[in-house]
Amino acid sequence: MTTLTQISNDTTPSGGDRPKPEWRKYFGFSHDHKVIGIQYLVTSFFFYLIGGALAAAVRTELATPASDFVSPELYNSLFTLHGTVMIFLWIVPSTAGFINYLVPLMIGARDMAFPRLNAIAFWMLPPSGLLLMSSFFVGPASAGWTSYPPLSTMGPVAGELIWILSVLLLGTSSILGAINFIVTIWKMRVPQMGWNDMPLFCWASLATGILALVSTPVLAGALILLSFDLVVGTSFFNPTGGGDPIVYQHMFWFYSHPAVYIMILPVFGMISDIIPVHSRKAIFGYRAIAYSSIAICFLGLIVWAHHMFTSGTPPWLRMFFMFATMVIAVPTGIKVFSWVATMWGGKIQLNSAMLFAMGFVSMFVIGGISGVMLAAVPFDIHVHDTYFVVAHFHYVLFGGSVFGLYSGMYHWFPKITGRMLNEKLGKIHFALNFIGFNLTFLPMHKLGLDGMNRRIAEYDPKYATINIICSIGTLLLAVSTVPFLINAVRSWFWGDRAPANPWNGLTLEWSVSSPPPVENFAVDPIPACHPYAYGKPPVSISAPQPEPVST
Amino acid sequence: MNVPSQIITLLFGIGLTLVSLWYGYNHHLLPLAASKEAVLIDDLFNVMMVISTGIFILVQGAILFIAFRYQRQEGDETDAKYVHGNIPLEIVWTAIPSVIVLALSLYSFDIYEQIGGLNPMDHSSHQGVHQEISNKKQKTPSNGIQEVAVMDAEMPGMAKPLAADDSAVTINVSGMQFAWLFNYAGTEVTTGELHLPVGRDIILNLTAMDVLHAFWVPEFRIKQDAVPGRTIPIRISPTVEGTYPLICAELCGAYHGVMRSEVVVQSERDYNIWLAEQAVAMKEQNHNADSKNPVSTVALYPELLSDTEYLAPYAKKLGVTVEHIQAIQAQQQS
Repeated sequence: MTTLTQISNDTTPSGGDRPKPEWRKYFGFSHDHKVIGIQYLVTSFFFYLIGGALAAAVRTELATPASDFVSPELYNSLFTLHGTVMIFLWIVPSTAGFINYLVPLMIGARDMAFPRLNAIAFWMLPPSGLLLMSSFFVGPASAGWTSYPPLSTMGPVAGELIWILSVLLLGTSSILGAINFIVTIWKMRVPQMGWNDMPLFCWASLATGILALVSTPVLAGALILLSFDLVVGTSFFNPTGGGDPIVYQHMFWFYSHPAVYIMILPVFGMISDIIPVHSRKAIFGYRAIAYSSIAICFLGLIVWAHHMFTSGTPPWLRMFFMFATMVIAVPTGIKVFSWVATMWGGKIQLNSAMLFAMGFVSMFVIGGISGVMLAAVPFDIHVHDTYFVVAHFHYVLFGGSVFGLYSGMYHWFPKITGRMLNEKLGKIHFALNFIGFNLTFLPMHKLGLDGMNRRIAEYDPKYATINIICSIGTLLLAVSTVPFLINAVRSWFWGDRAPANPWNGLTLEWSVSSPPPVENFAVDPIPACHPYAYGKPPVSISAPQPEPVST
Repeated sequence: MNVPSQIITLLFGIGLTLVSLWYGYNHHLLPLAASKEAVLIDDLFNVMMVISTGIFILVQGAILFIAFRYQRQEGDETDAKYVHGNIPLEIVWTAIPSVIVLALSLYSFDIYEQIGGLNPMDHSSHQGVHQEISNKKQKTPSNGIQEVAVMDAEMPGMAKPLAADDSAVTINVSGMQFAWLFNYAGTEVTTGELHLPVGRDIILNLTAMDVLHAFWVPEFRIKQDAVPGRTIPIRISPTVEGTYPLICAELCGAYHGVMRSEVVVQSERDYNIWLAEQAVAMKEQNHNADSKNPVSTVALYPELLSDTEYLAPYAKKLGVTVEHIQAIQAQQQS
């Protein structure tokens, strides 16, 4: 069996005393990438709970065909904020948390390239989140997370302006983070680590950084123009003043389609690192997976108008974007097939991390298939803005991103906290989550195909039965968070001590103690072998024996 | 008895194909197809369902198989066999999806051409039989509409409303919070529900008076946003008589969910009778409105439409007044 190094699997960091937990640093302006990573993860999970509560309110309203739980205005605000919170305050920052925590460890660096910038990027998050929540006191934004004008400029001005400012802040945070990811991965790898020796999570993080850096400024531009239309009465997007609402849609989706990849690429990377460890098998097709991240990064930038097939787009444009969108299925398919081939013939440990990883692949395939269907213009014309689309993007962003994030939490929790999570609670969490998720979102495909449009508070009573099933699923999803929360809190304080390398992983983060010491590595680590050399016969290891890396 | 693995693979492949084909054409997921376009789009969907079912079973089956077959034995601390790739296999699973998406793109393009998406104003290519693009080019000199449509193509999305030739019925559609108005071109008739003659080509010129709306009839499989400041033509050919829901599919405000109406597809004769009745009713109403109430009660401009909530439940019965017609005419002239 290929092992990392000869470091002891002792549960205490070598060198004696475990440093006293300094809880105050988690509430301060720490420059330590690990502290910032944890800050990102905990803050974003807090907002995940808020976003989940908003979703529960939406599904409660939809349990009956009539509009009887909240007022129609408030209903629109609920789904607007649900989308905004889940995207900008949960999935994007939690992937940023993983990138912050893991990338320096994986490439043998002592911190990110710009530690202060990193802290600034994080500290934009809590104020903008609180700002967004505060809009509930003044009448929150209610034009959907897409905030299309003219509707968005005709509603309550204060709430919409708060929404714009909050998303602008979060976008700025994302840009600063992206600069850090790119420079860190580019410049701070240990000298022995070439591009093709990087863990695949680093490839994915690089692609994510490039996407965020290129596309987010365009969203900022759109939102600033929108705020002018809203507050000072300009007519950039207002047709009565000679503006064009379709221009906003182009600018918005130029960011917001890549945003999908900003949310899923890091998770692809995490899955590529988790599956080999728990399958005890080398990743299948390292280069194909690595380069397909870059291909998705490029293609992701030229498909935005597929969100506008029924909008004011000319037919030839629809044809171009249809083709570009379909092509993305190829690099994505390469990843999925490579993961399946990695597991094939492996020695799989079906623990919580692996269950969520396999659940991710399984659910993401469904979202990918419906994605190719939606790319076909004639079919999209039927189902655009229906529950089919709602089902599709929840299979990508919940079945995909969130399952992957959970998998990452089970996998790296021992490294981050120095404690093991409880496996039994983890499996209960997975089972409830998996059943609840499919109960909520699988029937929505049928709803959309059959004629139920999205973003409505009241609907045709003939859809009542399926909607009740969806709402029951949501209840199950809400309940499924409880075992995870209990598990995380209890294990963090009283869980079993985690060894440095509980899963026998080969990437560098497992070569230091759990949790890693400040500045990670006392001496620059030398990767002992390729990060995925599981089961590689020892004769082929030609590299010299590495220096002990632990302090 | 030992069955060679090639035979098992072959049998599995045949079984997978049969199951996929069966499900792709027996999924019962779509509502009634009540237009020529719906039939074509359903064909495309069925083909995609066949492919999707195959891929779904293949991948999910593999994952389930792995979860049961390749579990680590208790106490086994060794790694699995070292396999890091297989170039021919990787080429295959790159090439097959490439071919599939290329074929789907071309097929979708073809369907889009047939339903007139590329050129909504030209319904000559839309007689059930698909025609090559080259055929259409030959027709151009004799077909004035074609010329205009070419001009429109230079101004994407800005196509002007157009009276099509005799065989098509043209209806001007405007969306407002939270109702639809349908003005039957060539008449003064304006209604809150849409009546269409079966078997005829219908041109709908869509616009919106306040915010974005989207015209959607699930039974026709046709959806198009109505954008303020633009007129966007779409084409529909209803084939089945009946009454279908007409839905606003683009978020347009608090009462978006109740912005619904109906499409009544009826025989040509019934349609003409209905249209004549409406024309008479309209004249009387206009006359009454002019004599009793010469000053506008409903504003011409959307921002002054204050009591929109009031409109929602009455969308169907909306008593259409001269102001509405003027509003629509003003929209079209601008």
